[in-house]
Amino acid sequence: MSAAANAVVADLRDRIRQFDGRAAGDRAVLPFGVPEIDGRLPGGGLALASLHEVCGGGADAVEGAAAMLFAAGIAARTKGQVLWCLTRPDLFAPALAQAGLAPGRVLYVEAGDEKSLLLCFEEGLRHGGLGAVVAEVARLSMTASRRLQLAAEAGGTLAIALRRFRHRREADAFALPSAAVTRWRVSQRPSAPLPVPGIGRARWLLELMRCRAGEAAEFEVEASDGEGRIAFSPRLADRSPAAGHGRRRAAG
Amino acid sequence: MGAAAPPADKRLVLVGRDGSRRILTAVSRPAEQAGLRIGMALTKAHALVPDILTLPADPAADAAALERLALWALQHYAPIVSPDPPDGLVIDTTGADHLHGGEARMLSGLVNRLGASGIFARAAIADTWGAAHAAARFLADPTSILPTGAGAKAVSSLPIPGLRLPPETAAGLHVLGFSTIGDVLAVPRAPLVQRFGPLLGRRLDQLQGVVCEPVDPLRDAERVSARRVFGEPIGAPETIARYTVALIGDLCRELEKRGLGARRLDLLFHRVDNSLQAIRIGTARPVHDEKRLARLLCDRIETIEPGFGIEIMELSATLAEPLVLAQAATSLIETEEADLAGLVDVIANRIGARRLYRIAPVESDVPERSVRRIAPLAPDNGATWPEGWPRPARLLARPEEIEVMALVPDHPPAFFTWRGVRRRVTRADGPERIFGEWWKRDAELAAVRDYFQVEDEAGERFWLFRSGSEAEALSGTGRWFLHGIFA
Repeated sequence: MSAAANAVVADLRDRIRQFDGRAAGDRAVLPFGVPEIDGRLPGGGLALASLHEVCGGGADAVEGAAAMLFAAGIAARTKGQVLWCLTRPDLFAPALAQAGLAPGRVLYVEAGDEKSLLLCFEEGLRHGGLGAVVAEVARLSMTASRRLQLAAEAGGTLAIALRRFRHRREADAFALPSAAVTRWRVSQRPSAPLPVPGIGRARWLLELMRCRAGEAAEFEVEASDGEGRIAFSPRLADRSPAAGHGRRRAAG
Repeated sequence: MGAAAPPADKRLVLVGRDGSRRILTAVSRPAEQAGLRIGMALTKAHALVPDILTLPADPAADAAALERLALWALQHYAPIVSPDPPDGLVIDTTGADHLHGGEARMLSGLVNRLGASGIFARAAIADTWGAAHAAARFLADPTSILPTGAGAKAVSSLPIPGLRLPPETAAGLHVLGFSTIGDVLAVPRAPLVQRFGPLLGRRLDQLQGVVCEPVDPLRDAERVSARRVFGEPIGAPETIARYTVALIGDLCRELEKRGLGARRLDLLFHRVDNSLQAIRIGTARPVHDEKRLARLLCDRIETIEPGFGIEIMELSATLAEPLVLAQAATSLIETEEADLAGLVDVIANRIGARRLYRIAPVESDVPERSVRRIAPLAPDNGATWPEGWPRPARLLARPEEIEVMALVPDHPPAFFTWRGVRRRVTRADGPERIFGEWWKRDAELAAVRDYFQVEDEAGERFWLFRSGSEAEALSGTGRWFLHGIFA
């Protein structure tokens, strides 16, 4: 495409965004700092004023431990306070601190049911002064997600719906459509063996299942570190170096 | 009485007059244990127990103290409170219990707080004033909540004095052979009313909730309040919201004049059928911002049933505190911290203040004791948990016992079975030894937990521990538990 055509397309995109009720400044993103992942996301990162869905894969669909740390890592890299809405009080706060979210930054809301949880979620998004709002929700209808997306746009706040299903068989509901901008599934993978007895950094399979204005992709990454950053997995251990290198290039 | 009060272990009685007789009007707990009762003649009391301490009764001071107590309850518990002389308070808790974590918590909290200040109180919640009155005075439990719609049934086994009747009527019923409220409810009403007057019938109806009995709320002369009287009763939610905003405007102007901010606001609705409805909201910090208060009150208007219409709306700042003004941060030298007080208030008034919290570290190695909940707006002191040992993302409320196969003494398990699934451990880290906190409980003196972080073949990570005494830990025996799930 020529430069002139590019300018026309960019202008058209801006105008469509204005019809949607979104100002041009709303396009701020939060990059992962991993070029392989950021390159797949429109704008080069997670859109800040929007709703994102995260779910655990396999057995983790119920416990949501990896998904929670993934969400915590994203929330840790935003600025300001984080509102964490939950219905089941089994979250262990020291783990959040180890993912980079200091205890002084998190405000917890323990809602009695899903309805009041969504209410608090939306309220937090509309407030506008928070860095991110994370909510552990089981059900998220199209209407509810649309409301949350609008609230996130209005408040300019990053919203993460952490899907926690009651049973493993309910996890199929994650395929149902929602208004979220991106949808991620985080599953645990065996970590790289260390030369000494012990346990290394956890490894996740990160599936970008849906991405508005982008394509689905999957990445193998190393879990959030103390500052909430994930790292691209070098895959040196259980494959030959050449195969790992090839895959990396393919994903990038 | 303060420092001049007699010691609590003395047999103290208060003496009043009944015509020419001197009778006991109040007895202390030790005096009651010695056999003294209210209404006993003083001469008889002296004959029964020689060393009693007597003080003259002062009904006026008692009434004043009861009113002070009612004011305290008004500020802390519910918008509609009234003294119920000689010895009670009546509180309409509708629409206020959510601020205290539900009815049961509110009731036990109330009795405990009164107990801490030396008042042995008994309390009950029921549909009607009459049922609550009887239950609070005559049920065995110091706090009781009667089921909705079955208040009269629950109190039917209680004695006649629970009916709030003059002493002579109660005595007359006793002479006729009635001993419980249920006995009176079971017989035809007309002969009883002929004999004892209409009050008995009214009390029975009020007990059952057939006749409504409005509580006349106590008012505090110094409170900031605003009031609207309507010529035509109003009922539509939009109208109520409009006048709520107008009332908040009046109230905020008055608060600003006095330099106060509201911590608790009560909005009372007087309905045309002479009953009262109330909304109470609380804020975390003193507020006199009209918009924020309007938002909080209008959120709760849907809980009001206007019935045939509302005649009077009355808004008062039950608890107001001096407003602390802070210098606004300038963008030149520091970034402005977003004020979360508004959000905290909105959420707390919707789902309850206890459900909104921060988690602060506690210096304890025992995982379940290393966290505590603090108020949402508590200042951040930057404390965090010690780094180094990884902690799981999910902590089970109770460690679950697992079956393991492990090398003794201090190897991690090679296999373990949790919730019926057998997993092979491929990698593990540990042990991290955590000792019991012997200064808390004697049983923890010898307790030891050895924690291991393990990863199974699929990459899932768990936090296991072997529990046991010191000797068991040395030998590697002891039961295994799963305590948390890593990511």
